[in-house]
Amino acid sequence: MEKERYLNDLKDIKEMMSRSSRFISLSGLSGISVGLIALAGAWAAWQSVYSNLDLTGYGKAQLSDGSLTQLLVIAGATLLLSVAFGIYFTTRETQKRNQKIWDQQTRRLLTNLAIPLLTGGILCLMLLLEGFAGLMPGLTLIFYGLALVHTSKYTIDELRSLGVLEIALGLVAIQFMPLGLLFWALGFGLLQIVYGIVIPKRYKS
Amino acid sequence: MKDLLKDLNKAFENKIRLGIMSALVVNDHLDFNALKELLDVTDGNLASHLKYLEKHGYVSFKKDFINRKPNTRYYATADGREAFRRHIRAIEQLLK
Repeated sequence: MEKERYLNDLKDIKEMMSRSSRFISLSGLSGISVGLIALAGAWAAWQSVYSNLDLTGYGKAQLSDGSLTQLLVIAGATLLLSVAFGIYFTTRETQKRNQKIWDQQTRRLLTNLAIPLLTGGILCLMLLLEGFAGLMPGLTLIFYGLALVHTSKYTIDELRSLGVLEIALGLVAIQFMPLGLLFWALGFGLLQIVYGIVIPKRYKS
Repeated sequence: MKDLLKDLNKAFENKIRLGIMSALVVNDHLDFNALKELLDVTDGNLASHLKYLEKHGYVSFKKDFINRKPNTRYYATADGREAFRRHIRAIEQLLK
């Protein structure tokens, strides 16, 4: 009887420690949907920009104004859709767990995520307008990865390994620049889908 | 057995006080409303338990203003962290 009470106390302590310091209502579906959107975006970018270019030289290809606009529209649409789906599935998950979506943990997670992400986003835009389109897949992967590593301490630990993988893919994407978009699809598409499937399974038990 | 029990702390026998300490030891600080949301208790209830912990020197607070609204931040003191750590260890020993 006494023992049971103390066991419960220990469980309560653990639960309160994690609930008060981490945002745990990440939804697997949001990872999967964002990954699928990224794959669609990469495919669209491939169709509109890369496929028109000569295969032997497309690493250094000069983007015309027309294809730059197209690329920006595709990137913008991919980003907007990802954020929308991410918010939708995550809100649903917090409701399922009877938790508030806008509490101190969420705010802390978002501020810490936003600082590296916005820095990377602004830098990428500046470089893109200067014509360094080839760097985009690698740089976006690297900054996304850094943001994940940095934020993982405010949410589930697994995001740290996802972040490290994204950074590694980003560096590879810059080294093998002509294939950059392929690594981008791997990182933002495939990896996020895999994590979206695997992580919820680990947390079910 | 007696040795084990001396570290069990009356101050943490209560569910709400246990919750307050658990949250404060893993966070730098938490304000009154954040604690209230986490523990799902009324203002009066939370205030009286905080006062109890404060009297024992386990919790300290700092008052300031955010947008001209009073805001109270609560911290776990070094004594509080130590006592809480001992309490948890005593429970773990007891369950062995």
